[in-house]
Amino acid sequence: MGIVTESSQFHVLAVDDSLFDRKMIERLLQKSSCQVTTVDSGSKALEFLGLRESDDINDPNAPSTSPQTHQEVEINLIITDYCMPGMTGYDLLKKVKESAAFKSIPVVIMSSENVPARISRCLEEGAEEFFLKPVKLADLTKLKPHMMKTKLKKESEKLAKEENALLIPVIEEDSSVIEILPLSQELESEQHEPMLSSNKRKAMEEVISTDRSRPKYNDITTSV
Amino acid sequence: MDALVAQLQMQFRDYTISLYQQGFLDDQFTELKKLQDEGSPDFVAEVLSLFFEDCVKLIGNMARALDQTGTVDYSQVGASVHQLKGSSSSVGAKRVKGLCVTFKEYCEAKNYEGCVRCLQQVDIEYKTLKTKLQDMFNLEKQIIQAGGIVPQVDIN
Repeated sequence: MGIVTESSQFHVLAVDDSLFDRKMIERLLQKSSCQVTTVDSGSKALEFLGLRESDDINDPNAPSTSPQTHQEVEINLIITDYCMPGMTGYDLLKKVKESAAFKSIPVVIMSSENVPARISRCLEEGAEEFFLKPVKLADLTKLKPHMMKTKLKKESEKLAKEENALLIPVIEEDSSVIEILPLSQELESEQHEPMLSSNKRKAMEEVISTDRSRPKYNDITTSV
Repeated sequence: MDALVAQLQMQFRDYTISLYQQGFLDDQFTELKKLQDEGSPDFVAEVLSLFFEDCVKLIGNMARALDQTGTVDYSQVGASVHQLKGSSSSVGAKRVKGLCVTFKEYCEAKNYEGCVRCLQQVDIEYKTLKTKLQDMFNLEKQIIQAGGIVPQVDIN
């Protein structure tokens, strides 16, 4: 599968223990222009997300990723069957909503049985939608706004993070000489005006004696 | 050739409509067709294949569970019926699904004769559907071989 780079497509994680149902939901999602990853159990879903269960030490096939570092794959929505052996869709929903890292991912539950108590329990636990099987193409159009929300939210969060990293003011001893600019602007002015006005350049050269006083632009990693 | 194509297309249309009218297929089959496109040109055939394999497997499970001399594990039978109900519902196999609903009730009531009857019926029903769908696919093939395109059939 490899690392998924951020694209304009939504990426959905589909969970169902039935091969038949996985094939159906996969095609439905593809037809709705989504990228799909299917897994056959709740625990595999958590593994994929990077949220491994603490008692999974006996599993030799489990990847050894920690929740903090597993940010290679971005999931915009989880759609899961309710009735699954081991971890039910409801259990999976709870685990996702309890996790700080993933609770913002919308979760949708599917079930072949129309049990009102089950439906309300799932919605109360934070499920965005509850679909009765068989799921139709029309049902999936309801999901776009939910996925859009998290995608936009994530993108703006990322942008905000990058801006904050760059807004550390330059601390100089002779502050009367140097105009303290937000670094993003400083970078910009350097890019657009490689030849700074002689006054400013001179002032900067006077003050800058060690590397320490000047932030190292090269160290700022931005992820696109 | 055009006359042949037109004739085949009409046959196909009539045959498809009859399958819906006789209750072999329902709306969900129409939904299934929507998922087929140039990217997945054989999707319907693939899914139906999976479905019929499921039928063989699950009916086998049910038969074995009902064949226990002594106590029958109705929950085991019920579990297989539940699965078959799900997949038949997903492909639009209306009659098979209907039988599964009845079958499930007999399981819950632990009605042995009822279960055995349903098992026999569901076996006949899926095989009948398989034959009908094969006939439909053959008509599609003939149309394409005659140089035509398979028409979209509007079920009303």
